[in-house]
Amino acid sequence: MKIKSVNDFVIKFANVNGSGSASANQMFAKGVFRSGIPVSPKNIFPSNIQGLPTWFEVRVNEKGYLGRREGIDLFVAMNPQSYQKDVEELKAGGYLIYDSSWKRDFGREDINILEIPLTKLCVQEFTNPKQRLLFKNLGYVGLLASVLEMDKEIYISLIEEQFKGKEKLIEPNVKALNIGYNYAEENFKDYCEIKVNKSNKTDGLILTSGNDAAGLGCVYGGATVCAWYPITPSTSLAESYSKYSEKMRKEIGTEKNKFAFIQAEDELAAMGMTIGANWNGARAFTATSGPGVSLMSEFIGLAYFAEVPTVLFNVQRGGPSTGMPTRTQQSDILCSAYASHGDTKHILLIPSDPKECFDFAVEAFDLADRLQTPVIVLLDLDLGMNDWSTKEFEWDDNNQYDRGKVLSKDDLDSIEKFGRYLDVDGDGIPYRTYPGTHPEKGAYFTRGTSHDEYAGYTEDGVKNAEMLTRLVKKFQTASSIVPSPVFNQEKNTSSMGIIYFGSTDCSMQEALDVLDEQNLNIDAMRIRAFPFNLEVWEFIEDHDLLFIVEQNRDGQMRTLIMAEGGIIPDKLVSILCFDGQPITAEHIINKINAHISGKPALAAS
Amino acid sequence: MTYIVKPKNHHPLLEKNDLGLTRRDYEGAVSTLCAGCGHDSISSAIVEACFQLSIESYKVAKLSGIGCSSKAPAYFLNQSHGFNSVHGRMPSIATGAAMANHELLYLGISGDGDSASIGIGQFIHCARRQLNMTYIVENNGTYGLTKGQFSATNDLESKSKYGDDNLFPSIDLPSMAIQLGASFVARSFSGDKDQLVPLLKAALSHKGFSFLDIISPCVTFNNHNSSTKSYDYIREHNDALSKPDFVPSGKEILTDYPRGSSVDVPLHDGSLLTLEKISENYDPADKIKAIQNIQESQRDGKVLTGLLYADPEAKDLKEILNVSDKPLNEMNLNDLCPGSEKLKDINSGLK
Repeated sequence: MKIKSVNDFVIKFANVNGSGSASANQMFAKGVFRSGIPVSPKNIFPSNIQGLPTWFEVRVNEKGYLGRREGIDLFVAMNPQSYQKDVEELKAGGYLIYDSSWKRDFGREDINILEIPLTKLCVQEFTNPKQRLLFKNLGYVGLLASVLEMDKEIYISLIEEQFKGKEKLIEPNVKALNIGYNYAEENFKDYCEIKVNKSNKTDGLILTSGNDAAGLGCVYGGATVCAWYPITPSTSLAESYSKYSEKMRKEIGTEKNKFAFIQAEDELAAMGMTIGANWNGARAFTATSGPGVSLMSEFIGLAYFAEVPTVLFNVQRGGPSTGMPTRTQQSDILCSAYASHGDTKHILLIPSDPKECFDFAVEAFDLADRLQTPVIVLLDLDLGMNDWSTKEFEWDDNNQYDRGKVLSKDDLDSIEKFGRYLDVDGDGIPYRTYPGTHPEKGAYFTRGTSHDEYAGYTEDGVKNAEMLTRLVKKFQTASSIVPSPVFNQEKNTSSMGIIYFGSTDCSMQEALDVLDEQNLNIDAMRIRAFPFNLEVWEFIEDHDLLFIVEQNRDGQMRTLIMAEGGIIPDKLVSILCFDGQPITAEHIINKINAHISGKPALAAS
Repeated sequence: MTYIVKPKNHHPLLEKNDLGLTRRDYEGAVSTLCAGCGHDSISSAIVEACFQLSIESYKVAKLSGIGCSSKAPAYFLNQSHGFNSVHGRMPSIATGAAMANHELLYLGISGDGDSASIGIGQFIHCARRQLNMTYIVENNGTYGLTKGQFSATNDLESKSKYGDDNLFPSIDLPSMAIQLGASFVARSFSGDKDQLVPLLKAALSHKGFSFLDIISPCVTFNNHNSSTKSYDYIREHNDALSKPDFVPSGKEILTDYPRGSSVDVPLHDGSLLTLEKISENYDPADKIKAIQNIQESQRDGKVLTGLLYADPEAKDLKEILNVSDKPLNEMNLNDLCPGSEKLKDINSGLK
C-alpha cells in the first residue's frame, strides 16, 4: 500500500544536530512554498549544539492548514540514533528514505522504503571531509525534488540565492543536489504516489518567522534601543531587530547607527536599560522568555507603578523553571499578566501569525507610550522560531507614531503647575516630561516608592490608595484601545463557543472547518489582548458553554477570564495541550466531541 | 523621607556663576538623613561642583538605587529629573537613559550595599561598557536603613556598633573599577571638601565612566571607635596621593602648587585637573601602578584618596556602539521608519 496524495502531506526529517541539516530542510520547505503550496515547517530541536537527535517537520497543505498534524507520510531518516522511534511514527503506506550506505531492516512491512547510499555517493564525489558530511543533506533534498516531481530549477535558484557573493560554493552545492536527484530519477521513477503539483496558493504570502517579523516591526515602530540577554526562543527576535537596523537605520553621511543594540549582562539589566531608555523618551524594548520574565518581574513592577512605557516580547517556551527551552507552550499567561509583587496588571498583546507579530510590535510601542505602562507581546516558540506561510507585511506611509501625553517646553510654559501623576483628562493617564525639556518646569522624581500626584514621596496610605485606584482606571481605558478579538462568525448562532488565542489559530481554523462539516455549530473567538474588552465579555455572556483552547497545564487563560470577569468556572471547559508540541486540529476536535458526548475533556492526551 | 520645601528667597548679594545662578539654585529638598551624615556633605559638594562648573541643572539626570545614599539625589539639583530605581539596578537605568539621549549629564548615586552587593553585576558591566556617566558610591560600610548590618566594603578588622566581628574581607571598588576599564577612578572622603569638590568637577567633566568612591561615615551605625569607616579613623588614616585643583576649559591655570611637583590631567572637554604630587610613585595614567598603590596602602592600614587613575582619551559607550550624534529620543518617524517601499522589497525577499 502506498499513501497517495497531491499537495497534502506531512514530511519529517530526522537528523543529528550540528550537521548542517536545518538549512537543507528549510530549503526543501521553501522549494515547496515556491511551488505555490503553503507549508508550515517546524524545527524540533534539542537544547544542544552538536550530536543529539533533531527533527524537522513540514506540513504541506494546499488548503492552507498550517497547524501540526499527527502521523508522518514521508520520513527522511538520517539519524540511526532515532531510527526506531522515527519509523514507528510513519503511517502505514508511508515512505521511508534513509541512508543505505549501511543497510538496515526496519521490521515494518507496511511502509515503502527508498534506499539511497548517500554517504557512499558523497564520499565518491567530494574529497573535502566537511563537504562529504554536509552535502548528504542537499542530496536528500535532490531526491525529494525528484520523487515528489518538483521543479528542480526552484532548488537551483534557492542555492544561487543562498550563496550570492560566494559563487564558488554554488557549483558543489548544485552537484550535491544532483547526486540525490539523479539517483532518484534512475531508481525511483514513478515510485512515490505523493506529489507536489504547482499551485498559486502562496500568492500574497511570505515565508517567515514570528521573531523575524516582530524584530522588523520594532524597526518600523520606531524602536531605537534594544537591550536584551540571549535566551531561547527569543534570541532571534533581538537579532532580527539588529539585522534590519544594520540594513535600514544607518545615518546617511556618517554611517552612524540610528539605534543602540546592547547585549546586557542579564535579563534584569536588559529590562532596566529598556525602562531607562523609555523614561528618557526613546522607544525601547527587550525580548526574553519565561525565565527572563521571572528575573525582570521586579523591574516590570517599577515600570507599572512609576508609569514608564516599556515593551517586552515574551517568546514562551516549555516551563516551569528551565523547563523545555526548545519546545513550545503558552504557559506564561498569568505570570505575564500579573508580573511583579503587589497589585500589578499588564497589557498583553497576543499575535497569532508572523504578520500579526509585525503589526503588534508596531502597535505595542504606541500603546506603551499612550498608556505609560509595560506592554508584553506574547509569542511562543512555535510562532517565534518556525517559518510560517503568512500574509505579506503592510505599511501605510501615512502612519504616525503616537507618543502619548508628553509635554513640550511650550506646553509646560502654558500650564500653571505640572503634576506628573495628575489625572487631568479623567482617563487615568497622566502627562509626562522627558528630562532636559525645560530649565525650570517639569522636573520630577521617578520612583517605585509610594508617591502623590506631584511624584513626591508619601507614606499617606489614602494617597497611595488613590494612586492605585487611578491605575485601575487607566487599565479600563486600556481595554478600550487594545486590539479587539477576532470572530469566526458575523453573528453568534450557537449556545457553545470556543475561545482561543495566539499560535493555536492555525489548528483552530482547521478544527472549525471540520466541526462545521460535522454539522456541529460552535461560535469561535480569538482573544488578541488583555485587558479583555467589552466584546470579549459579550461573547462569554452570549454562550452557555465555552471551550478554551490553550497550550498549558492549568488553563491559565481560563483562570484569567474567571478572575477578571467573575465568570462561573462550570461554564468554561479547558482544552489543553502541554507536551511541548503545537496542538493539532484533531486533538481539539476530539476533546470537543468527547465533552459533548459526555466524556469530559480534562487534560492533554 | 518627606519633602520639606525650602524657602526660595535668598540674599541678593549671594555669589553668582556664569549662568547668573547662586548655590541655592543647585540645592534640593531638605535632607531627611541623620544629622552629621556624610552623605549630606557629599550632596553639598555636588551643589558646589555644579555651581562652579555652571552646569544647567535641567540637563542633568540624577539616578539612584535603594538605600540611604540613594535618597540623596532628592537633596540637590531640584531642577533635574530624578530616577530612584530599584536596589542595585541604577546602572542599567542609566545605560538605557544615556543611550536614549547622550547629551544629558548622568549622575548616579549609589551606596556600598547598592553597588558592592546586590548591584555588583550591574556596577561591573556599567564600568566595562564605559558608560559616559559619573558614578558615586557613598561608602559607609554599613546598611543604614535596615539598621547597621555589615556591607561588603566593610573592612575585615572593623567591628559593628554592637561589637560583632566582620567575618569577610572588604571589596575594594576602585581597584575593581580600574581593572574593569573605568576611565576615571578616584577616592575621597566626605569630610574633605577641598579634595572632593575638584575631583567631582573633574569627574563630571570627564567623558566616559567616572567612578568616585567616597568614604562617607554613618553617624548612627558605623562611627564608633572600632570602625574603619568612622570620621576619626579616616582622618587619621587618609593617605592623599595629591592635592587636586580643577581648571575648567578655557580658564587660566592659577594654582598655588609648585609646578615641578604637579601632574596635569587634561580632560576631553579641554579642562584640566591639576594634582600636586604628594606620593613619589604617582602616575594617574598607569593602570597597574594605580592598583598597586591601592593595594599597598591597604596593606599598610591606610586609605588612599585622590585621583587614582584617569584615561582622558578612552572611548565611551556611545562611540563604541557607533550611535548617531543626534539623540535617539529626538528622532521621529522620518528618521526611523524605512517606509512601505522597503517593506515591499523585504516581502519579495521572503518568498
